[in-house]
Amino acid sequence: MKRQPDSGHSLDRSTTVGFTFDGRSVTGFKGDTLASALLANGIRLVGRSFKYHRPRGIMTAGSEEPGALVEASSGGEFYPNVRATVQEIHDGLAARAQNCWPSVRHDVMAVNDLMSPFLSAGFYYKTFMWPRAFWEKLYEPAIRRAAGLGRLPRVHEDAPYEKTFAYCDLLVIGSGPAGLMAALTAGRAGARVILAEEDREPGGRLLSDGGEIDGKPSRVWAAEAVAELSAMPHVRLMTRTTVTGAHDGGIYGALERVGLHLPGQPHMPRECFWRITAQRAILAAGALERPIAHPGNDRPGVMMLGAVASYWRRFGINPGRVVVFGNNDGALALSRALAREGVEIVAHADPREGLAATTGFPLLSGAQVTGTSGRHGIASVTVAQGGSTRTIEADTLALAGGWNPTLHLACHMNGRPHWDETIAGFVPVPGMVPGLSVAGAARGRFSTAACLADGALAASEALSELGINATAMPVPQAEDGTFSIAPFWQVSLPGTEKKRAWLDFANDVTTKDVRLAAAEGYSSVEHMKRYTTQGMAPDQGKNSNVAALAVLADATGRDIPGTGVTTFRPPFVPVSIAALGAGGRGEGFAPLRRTVSEARSRAMGAPFIEAGLWMRPSYFPKPGETDWRDSCNREVGYVRNAVGVCDVSTLGKIDVQGPDAARFLDLLYTNTMSSLKPGRVRYGLMLREDGIVMDDGTCARMATDHFVITTTTAAAGQVMRHLDFVQQAFCSDWQVGAISVTEHFAQIALAGPKARDVINQVLDVPVTAESLPFMAHMPVTLGGVAARLYRISFSGEAGYELAVPARYGASLYDRLLALTEAAGGGAYGMEALNVLRIEKGFITHAEIDGRVTAFDIGMEKMVSGAKECIGKAASKRPGLIGPERGQLVGLRPLNPQEELTAGAHLYPAAEPARPEHDQGHVSSVCWSPTLGTFLGLALLRNGRARHGETIRVDDGVRGKRVAATVCDPVFFDPDGGRMRG
Amino acid sequence: MRIPCPHCGWRDSREFTCIGSDAYLFRPEPDAPMSAWDDYLHNRDNPAGPSRDLWYHDPCGTWACVSRDTATHAVHGATGLGDAR
Repeated sequence: MKRQPDSGHSLDRSTTVGFTFDGRSVTGFKGDTLASALLANGIRLVGRSFKYHRPRGIMTAGSEEPGALVEASSGGEFYPNVRATVQEIHDGLAARAQNCWPSVRHDVMAVNDLMSPFLSAGFYYKTFMWPRAFWEKLYEPAIRRAAGLGRLPRVHEDAPYEKTFAYCDLLVIGSGPAGLMAALTAGRAGARVILAEEDREPGGRLLSDGGEIDGKPSRVWAAEAVAELSAMPHVRLMTRTTVTGAHDGGIYGALERVGLHLPGQPHMPRECFWRITAQRAILAAGALERPIAHPGNDRPGVMMLGAVASYWRRFGINPGRVVVFGNNDGALALSRALAREGVEIVAHADPREGLAATTGFPLLSGAQVTGTSGRHGIASVTVAQGGSTRTIEADTLALAGGWNPTLHLACHMNGRPHWDETIAGFVPVPGMVPGLSVAGAARGRFSTAACLADGALAASEALSELGINATAMPVPQAEDGTFSIAPFWQVSLPGTEKKRAWLDFANDVTTKDVRLAAAEGYSSVEHMKRYTTQGMAPDQGKNSNVAALAVLADATGRDIPGTGVTTFRPPFVPVSIAALGAGGRGEGFAPLRRTVSEARSRAMGAPFIEAGLWMRPSYFPKPGETDWRDSCNREVGYVRNAVGVCDVSTLGKIDVQGPDAARFLDLLYTNTMSSLKPGRVRYGLMLREDGIVMDDGTCARMATDHFVITTTTAAAGQVMRHLDFVQQAFCSDWQVGAISVTEHFAQIALAGPKARDVINQVLDVPVTAESLPFMAHMPVTLGGVAARLYRISFSGEAGYELAVPARYGASLYDRLLALTEAAGGGAYGMEALNVLRIEKGFITHAEIDGRVTAFDIGMEKMVSGAKECIGKAASKRPGLIGPERGQLVGLRPLNPQEELTAGAHLYPAAEPARPEHDQGHVSSVCWSPTLGTFLGLALLRNGRARHGETIRVDDGVRGKRVAATVCDPVFFDPDGGRMRG
Repeated sequence: MRIPCPHCGWRDSREFTCIGSDAYLFRPEPDAPMSAWDDYLHNRDNPAGPSRDLWYHDPCGTWACVSRDTATHAVHGATGLGDAR
């Protein structure tokens, strides 16, 4: 093969592009695919197959390519299994043949080919049976080393990818004659259209069919149509974009190659994954030409006839001496056209008898190809005709076994296609995917005229369903031949039965394998597929499934429709995980929520931990502190002895208003909120409807019909959803509304004996213990800014929380931090916050973990008997109350220095750590600098009756066993005098 | 999959949280027998075909009772909870 001078209309011959293949420098032109550039340089052998390591060449000119799978690298990036027919060349591209060592010409593993009698379908299952012990140690590792197409890059890929969304009235998939007519019809009617084309250039087969439309060369007509569409602002033309799947609700996945064809673009996404929501869609993806199974049909130089035409016309590739093996009139017509254009057709073999001779090349009627020769590519083709055989020297063997409509997307919702005898192929059935219609060759209308008319018709129908008026467009004049084919799947002349004829070129499945599967009982198409691996290679059987079905049907004495098809599943082409998950790496994995004090906290050197989606500071290290616990102990000391400051903005805040707000909160909380006086705050407990604790928090009454409630950081979303549900499901006629204001207010906590001194330095009007008692709140101003001040405590010390509009949060935090430090205190982080609350026995979601009832945490009296609330009925169920329940207790190790660990289980001292003796588990632990001991909170079976008992805390994971005393969970200041003071 | 929010119209299903059957709408009276509460809380059909289930549209806070078909994946429509009961 070589390049013709001055031909190939897809090329820009003024721009030369350099790349390498297997280390050798090669050049092509701008517009070349890797495949066309390799062919132009006479390189036919481009890889090895999966199982037998047979030489593989370029067989197609599209994304269905089964043979030319290569490794492509560029600028440190590496991609295996790249289809050379899709990859465009660019400067700096380095491609390598894969599945071969040391080189594609001399591949050690090609020995597999000699072993092929022992490597038939199912050989794993037959060969690696015994001895049993060998499987894990020997067979499986050996198979894993040998298996797989291509190799994985060993480096993490950092290249950028994107994902995005698009919406349209009509999605047109494919830009051949049917797709262009559909897009023109819809575009002219003013519909929002997306036209997706897999190739770099729109036009589909019009780019290479050599015919005429309205008296112009087809590709010129296509270019004019594309120009018209490009000028329409409501039409989006997406090239290099493969629609990969049809999904529920008119959503289509599409993969766009954005930067894979460009050199040195570090910031450009390699690919973009689109989710296109379309009111209607038209599948106009054309058809794929199929090979014919005959001995030696896998040799480099074997190519589909349509691909030969495509390389010849678009890329100026002269295929040399061509033998055509076809079974239909379309192939014959194409041979004639190619011969007229100068392609040397040395023979056209057709198994149909009685064909009239033609001009331009010898037509061998009633002939079949029975073999090929040539070590690394076709050198000659053997043809049998009328009992005699002859060997014809050739460079290319062009196969033309008919066309399979590209109906995959129409079958993505488990639709089963219909077998159409006239084209000997499967065609889609209307309505398989709601909102999707199929037009043109994709539903078996093969002539150009039929495709043009079908595309226009499909668009008119879709538009009328959408209520968009489309004026009828004249359908252009074009070739309108009938398609005549005699189904022919495999050569089975005497003498060929023992030879291997390939079906699946990537996975090395031959007709013998399919017959063997049938003989061994795997006669269902799904079983045959799994037994032989037919159709499981990167091309997913696009080139081979129908022929394999035909061979299976023949072997089992059934017809093709009776044999059935395997299930079509997305994606239509391989989609990189990087594109599907674009943006989801590292920090993109989940949204990040930042507090107003984050910048200050980071400046103070605080390490951060995740709390829900929020990032919160763990502790604030000071010089000389060697351990997080040193910092934590110091920060606890601030709160117990002076004053500490902490950003608690992450707590959920919900504003509830309306005449029925109090009644609404009574239904939500176990305790009564309607009796709360304006200006007061009450602790509240919420249950799920099944009686388990959902969350706890505070409820502050602003006015008769206005409350602000808080939730824990982790449950803020769940509680908001719950409020909305209860309101909309059960109280839709009540006058109440609830809205999350978590982001609207920054809330800063001050805690400690000197908290009031500090808070009074920022308030315009100071507070006293009397003017703002414990569990009260009031509106305040700070330098004229309205704020809310709450007298609440999560530390057991006198505590205030000051809520300001979020935009003032950072400056308020800085101000309070400075004042706190001046008062001998400072910032405290999550670690100290946790110690402070454990010392007081305050619960978090470590305790209320979704299995715990109000009874378990000793709050069953908070479930008011006087009124109904969510979860009340279920909370009284047997099994949710009683001595068998794990109940909240405190634990103190007998030796105060012995560390307790969260997650450890509790056992009676004398019993082994076995499930039948399990008495509960430790939910939270800390070192209490205040009390000089480790402390734990635990849920212990019948725990409230067991205070004073000694129990074994057994952490089997960390290998720790500690004896501890069971006690009340409130370790410090049990009567609460400090926080009221 | 697309879900019609009673407030916002058709939206991508990723904007929603689903909690399952519309049985949650039919809350027993507080003094109903425990069997009624068991049915309400736990006992669910698993229909292959028409179903009604509850979806929360997180961006706007509207709950929807969605009529759809678990066999065909067709989504027929949705109402607010007040209308669904």
